[in-house]
Amino acid sequence: MNQDKVILDVQHLKKYFELGRGRVLKAVDDVSFQIHEGETLGLVGESGCGKTTCGRTALGMYKKTDGTVLYNGKDVHALKGAELFAYKKEAQMIFQDPYASLDPRMTVSDIVAEGLDVHNMTHSKKERAERIYDLLNMVGLNKEHANRFIHEFSGGQRQRIGIARALAMEPKFMVLDEPISALDVSIQAQVVNMLIRLQRDMGLTYLFIAHDLSMVKHISDRVGVMYLGNMVEITSSAELYSHPLHPYTQALLSAIPIPDPVIEAEREATRIRLEGEVPSPIDTPPGCKFAGRCKYCTERCRKESPQLKDMGNGHQVACFAVE
Amino acid sequence: MSEKLLEVKNLAVSYHGYAGEVQSVRRVTFDVNKGETLAVVGESGCGKSVTAKSIMHLIKVPPAEIKEGSEILFNGEDVLKFDKKRLSQYRGGEAAIIFQDALAALNPTMTVGNQIIENIRHHSKVSKKEAMAQAVELLRMVGIPQPESRVKQYPHEFSGGMRQRVMIAIAFACNPQLLIADEPTTALDVTIQAQIVDLIKDLQREKGTAVILITHDLGVVANIAHRIVVMYSGKIVERGSNLDIFHHPKHPYTNALLEAVPRLDLVNKQVLTSIEGTPPDLLNPPKGCPFCTRCKYCMEICCTEEPPTEDFGDGHEASCWLYSLEKPAEDAPFTWEDK
Repeated sequence: MNQDKVILDVQHLKKYFELGRGRVLKAVDDVSFQIHEGETLGLVGESGCGKTTCGRTALGMYKKTDGTVLYNGKDVHALKGAELFAYKKEAQMIFQDPYASLDPRMTVSDIVAEGLDVHNMTHSKKERAERIYDLLNMVGLNKEHANRFIHEFSGGQRQRIGIARALAMEPKFMVLDEPISALDVSIQAQVVNMLIRLQRDMGLTYLFIAHDLSMVKHISDRVGVMYLGNMVEITSSAELYSHPLHPYTQALLSAIPIPDPVIEAEREATRIRLEGEVPSPIDTPPGCKFAGRCKYCTERCRKESPQLKDMGNGHQVACFAVE
Repeated sequence: MSEKLLEVKNLAVSYHGYAGEVQSVRRVTFDVNKGETLAVVGESGCGKSVTAKSIMHLIKVPPAEIKEGSEILFNGEDVLKFDKKRLSQYRGGEAAIIFQDALAALNPTMTVGNQIIENIRHHSKVSKKEAMAQAVELLRMVGIPQPESRVKQYPHEFSGGMRQRVMIAIAFACNPQLLIADEPTTALDVTIQAQIVDLIKDLQREKGTAVILITHDLGVVANIAHRIVVMYSGKIVERGSNLDIFHHPKHPYTNALLEAVPRLDLVNKQVLTSIEGTPPDLLNPPKGCPFCTRCKYCMEICCTEEPPTEDFGDGHEASCWLYSLEKPAEDAPFTWEDK
């Protein structure tokens, strides 16, 4: 596996939603990042920050407003015909809600094999059945589950079925959109450990979208932090958690409780408390989106929007205060 | 020793459905002192919300059944035996509850102010005008900007965090002695969660309210709780002080739960210990220890007999065979080390 090879190159990606009456929701506003082969890029942020839209647009599920997304050098949004068909096989998505993303009227084997059938990946009934059993096995389910319907499964099992469906396509790149946030703590660890194992065994590349920073730190090699449609900081996971530079990242990390009362008591004094809430993403004022809640905010922040700047070692941050 | 405000004794609640009897809560006993925070921790389906609702006497009978022998003593009086009149004084007045989903808990057709007034006027004789003034003060207290104009707005005009603040304002309208917070921050973003937790902590310190915090998030608990009760499939498996539970967990489930959560403050990559399997079906719960099907240290006796509750001093108790003197002759396959 080549860690230096860029598998997905997103440059100045924009996705605006027209709301009518001239109002525009800038869900993703000029976001750039790269994902290298075999790595996991985490995308974090609070609800409404555009992380899901960013993932979906990068995958080509939404039409972009502007910018480019190159997958292995090819523009994802310009793919057609056979190339698009092949791309859809290589890039897969796992959804957040395992209750809504699986068809309740299909059996597990039909769900898992839907892609197999579309792409003619198996040549006989026997081969198809064996492939289904293999896939179920891979995600920790067994043969007996194949002929059941979705309502017979728990949340964790459903998420596994969703993952088996994606794996059936032998993907190279997967977008995981909050794959564990609907699950219980003890089940989350099961699914995350499985995702890490699958990545190692199959050489997958992940874009891992989540709001749970502790879990993102655990699974990701690099992490990007989004706020109101902008990427505010992107760096290696270790670096982000030890030296967060952007004021928003610092506040976000500080707000996450650590399951240890002694450490919590120590942190209490230095905790950064964010006032207010995330403002509406509709018709945002110019300048840095975080300016209204930032304690380092200056006149300049309200006028110009900061661009991502490399602070050395691939640690990029968009803030005037740290320049 | 501080005074006991609430004592839950042998609480058992079952739901009767088509499939049979679901034993949601199976003989739970705990107490809450005045002014303290007790956290009830557990995964979905462990019976923590049913316990909370029982304390407020919000369990609908039928389909539910509160079993013989259950007692919930509030200042010595049994809540389960309250008549209608006493109950309406108790609910919202002496004890209040806030729910996870504030949007579903608030009435969408009433202004926020009227919903606060409803509670105030139910419990004390004040004029509408006075009540409205109190409502504005309450909104100010929970940190809602421009309370004078916000009081006239409807719940849909508030954001998730603000709605939860409104819920807290309603709960504190009559200065309750007990506040039950049922997953108050689960639906909120982490920065908003920190704000709400701070708010509950501040109000508690100011008013001396006892809080029962029901949650699955161990992080939130570490920050706020004095004592912790860990529930699993309708039973309390371990209880103890905040430090006991986080630093010296005795029950394998508590330990597994702590190891299953990634921690932000550790530099090295952790290996998350997953708990294999799923919680047992409460339609017919296992005979012995409820955790026996998923426990790494499960012994023969665990599956057949209920574990005894071992006392480790200072109110730290765990229900597990591993510590019992009567356990089978062979040694436990592991030793507990302090973390």
